[in-house]
Amino acid sequence: MTLKHPSTGGLLILAVIIAILPSILPNNFYMDVAIRIGLNAIVCIGLNLLIGYAGQISLGHAGFVGLGAYGSAILTGEFGWPAIPAMLVTALFVALLAFVLARPVLRLKGHFLAMATLGMGIIISIVLNTEARWTGGPDGMAVQPMMFFEYMVFGEAVWYWIVGAALLIAVWLSLNLIDSPVGRALRAVHGSEVAAEVCGVNTTQYKVKVFVISAVFASVSGSMLAHYGAFVSPEDASFFRSIELVTMVVLGGMASTYGAVVGATILTILPQALARFEDLEHMVFGLILMLTMIFMPKGLVPTLSAKFRRSPVKVEAESEAQGGGAT
Amino acid sequence: MIRKWVKKGLAASVAATVALGISYGNAVAADPIKIGTFLSVTGPASFLGDPELKTLQIYVDELNAGGGVLGRKLELVHYDVQHDAKKAQTAVKRLIEDDKVDVIIGGSTSGQTMAVIPLMEAAEMPFISLAGAVAIVEPVKKWTFKTPHTDKMACAKIFEDMNKQGIKSIAMISGTGGFGKSMRGQCTALAPAYNIKIVADETYGPKDTDMTPQLTKIKNTDGVQAVLNPGFGQGPAIVTKNFGQLGFKVPMYQSHGVASKKYIDLAGSASEGVRLPAAALLVANKLPDNDPQKAVLVSYMSTYESKTKDAVSTFGGHAYDGLQMVVAAMQRAGGTDKAKVRDEIEKTSGYIGTGGIVHMSATDHLGLDLSAFKMLEIRNGDWSLIK
Amino acid sequence: MFSEFLQYLLSGITIGSTYGLVGLGFFIIYNASHVINFAQGEFVMIGGMGTVFMMQAGLPMPVAIIMAILLTIVIGMLLEKLAIEPSRKNASVVTLIIITIGASIFLRGLAQVVWDKDFHTMPAFSGEETIHILGAVIVPQNLWVLGGGGVIVLAIMYFFGRTALGKAMLATAYNPLAAQLVGINIRTTLLWSFGLSGLLGAIAGILVAPITFTSYDIGIMLGLKGFCAVILGGFSHGWAAIVGGIIVGVAESLGAGYISSEYKDAIAFIIILLVLFFMPDGLFGRRGTDRV
Repeated sequence: MTLKHPSTGGLLILAVIIAILPSILPNNFYMDVAIRIGLNAIVCIGLNLLIGYAGQISLGHAGFVGLGAYGSAILTGEFGWPAIPAMLVTALFVALLAFVLARPVLRLKGHFLAMATLGMGIIISIVLNTEARWTGGPDGMAVQPMMFFEYMVFGEAVWYWIVGAALLIAVWLSLNLIDSPVGRALRAVHGSEVAAEVCGVNTTQYKVKVFVISAVFASVSGSMLAHYGAFVSPEDASFFRSIELVTMVVLGGMASTYGAVVGATILTILPQALARFEDLEHMVFGLILMLTMIFMPKGLVPTLSAKFRRSPVKVEAESEAQGGGAT
Repeated sequence: MIRKWVKKGLAASVAATVALGISYGNAVAADPIKIGTFLSVTGPASFLGDPELKTLQIYVDELNAGGGVLGRKLELVHYDVQHDAKKAQTAVKRLIEDDKVDVIIGGSTSGQTMAVIPLMEAAEMPFISLAGAVAIVEPVKKWTFKTPHTDKMACAKIFEDMNKQGIKSIAMISGTGGFGKSMRGQCTALAPAYNIKIVADETYGPKDTDMTPQLTKIKNTDGVQAVLNPGFGQGPAIVTKNFGQLGFKVPMYQSHGVASKKYIDLAGSASEGVRLPAAALLVANKLPDNDPQKAVLVSYMSTYESKTKDAVSTFGGHAYDGLQMVVAAMQRAGGTDKAKVRDEIEKTSGYIGTGGIVHMSATDHLGLDLSAFKMLEIRNGDWSLIK
Repeated sequence: MFSEFLQYLLSGITIGSTYGLVGLGFFIIYNASHVINFAQGEFVMIGGMGTVFMMQAGLPMPVAIIMAILLTIVIGMLLEKLAIEPSRKNASVVTLIIITIGASIFLRGLAQVVWDKDFHTMPAFSGEETIHILGAVIVPQNLWVLGGGGVIVLAIMYFFGRTALGKAMLATAYNPLAAQLVGINIRTTLLWSFGLSGLLGAIAGILVAPITFTSYDIGIMLGLKGFCAVILGGFSHGWAAIVGGIIVGVAESLGAGYISSEYKDAIAFIIILLVLFFMPDGLFGRRGTDRV
């Protein structure tokens, strides 16, 4: 396993792609898809830190997205808060919740961890479905548009740049984290938890940190989703959404930040591409999940970049270009 | 080799130009009218979306076979949105921005409809929703209409019947899906107006397989004179079955959410004597011949059942009504100008559909009253009309 | 008051035995291969839907039931052969979980295309005449579910305790290498464990279909609840999965009756979280021992 240095190269390519994309996309529908890719990618980057680097699965991350979305919706709608403080306070609340849950949850291993995170996500989604007084119940509810002082943030053209910027920040944060002592400790945890502990790494502490960080990424993405769509519904927090998010991460490539972006891109576009064959959507989705895991257990980006690495000339930049290129 | 390719390419482009020329020649006269739709064709609400889509396909084909509308063919553009409000938003953006449809009929559930209304209003797109909640048309939104009766009307119709039977205190057991939850709210709000007291209020989840505990609780509540079950899908069928097993002595009322033959099949003999409000479609053949709706209903029913081999449900009927009203509005408007079509939909008056006789206005984007609802009772495994 | 309590209890036990049977399927596969098979719920669905559609095709009920069970066994074995075996050697737990989740989504999608999206019912095995017990009522099908569950548990205990294949499965789980050395064919053993698990799922699906109906997506919730059952009971004993299931079922039923029907589904998961946090080996697990 080679250590990655946070090179600005990949980030730059990603920024360029984000910058030129709007001039290529023919209309707002494509902009909408691009925005949703960005929002999913932000969650996936966080989730990838947890799954790919810390080796801890979460089948309940959509729960945090849902909390983020509803937190923003309720604080702005019911209490008239401005959007930005609402988003921050919601993220803080989610961070706190994740922190409290993290210790008992992350003590568990393998499928016990899967069960615990899954249960957590389902409980969140049941609460969102039930507390109709606050959440609008199963039909969801409308959300106030985001106000930035006097200016109303509305429409695909504006949101595209906000989500684009947020995505770049998320990638940058993630790359930095991976290269920090925390990141190195995490990789040690993934490799062998016992060995890491023997070397003096406080594994629990690092795992808790990453769990909280990934929950915050999800929460912020959820808040933006709520304001962008001007609507929240409990499907945002459903079990199936959690599975979708995990699929994005593993398809793109575990332990690869750009992989998470690629995975989010492919699986956000896929349903649109399959729109004419709606009955087949689930089959194809399930098949992708199985085939990726069987034949490329490391996911697209790491598998492909390993192939490129075999040729002597192209090394690191290639994998980054791969990551950015498909965005 | 290269020469061969060039030749082929030339031939192809010539052919293409000719083909384009021909199609362009026709296009001036027959650029198709695009009707967009987004429905829950798969997922838990597929029993709504499936008949809705089939109905739209059947009648778009039929209209095209008869020469189309205003001399132009109709083209149906459809996206499945499952049970997901977010998918509905993306689908609507696609219909408006990418497919550039002329009008949108769709939204199987209230949640999806509510999520896309702001998009429709912003894009100034005539939109007919096929979902139940009263919030869709109250307050009135300029571009949004709907065809199904509201849950509020269902409550009113049921309470009317209860009043006739002298029922004063009831128990409610509702699904926690959008439909059940919304109707439960409407019924709770409306009950005092009909002097009806709700003495027990239970719920069950959309995937629950046993409602005996909730019903046991109801059975042990004093003074329950009837049980009302707002909900749709398989839930009400299980409620009905458990209700039968527990040996209740009071009548059961269901909502229009179970108005399909499937419910009777699933609930079996336990459904005997169950009462529900529903559109007249289910009893089309039993209506008196002088009923103004009869011809429309029988025709839709026989067309749908012969083309799909499925039993007719009122859900497909909502889509039929939506399509017919849109087509009529376009004909009156003499084109597909969105503002004109919207105005004409709003002027719909006296349209005889499967849901009832529709009189829309600037303050009423549904145009149905309680008379459009019939009170039905299940007898011998079939719907029968209560006078 | 007592009859009310008894009714909750009886309902809970019936629905809980279903969870238990599904949980037992998880148990068998886990004990043979250390894989948690998230497609277990889909086995239940294929059993029920298979029977319904073969009856629609004109087969008499007993034949349709046998055919549906065979179909599920074959699908279980195919799943092992095509998806688990190629990736088992060096796959992590995360990878295996995702593969079986993929399989469950795929099977659900397939059922929706091959069969349909509707709910279906099946005639009860011995009529619908209700049976009254001290003021509570049950239907004969409840007894079929309970009896079926009991017979299966006994059969499974016999299978693991007395038959060569059963012992081979346990040995494989305990130490694959050693098992191989004493001449056990691991591949065949794993294949049979998925087949057996399919058999259990199908039987559960067929037994409950007259009570709960069946449809292409009924496996999601049943699978999750079955998973709860086996986690609750622990992976040490087969009967513990059934007991775990009954506990979940009764807790749900009592919760719906006495606390809030809206939070009924959450109750199972709250119990699970508490059990995981405070006694991660399950109620009947033996801490520190290898799972046999």
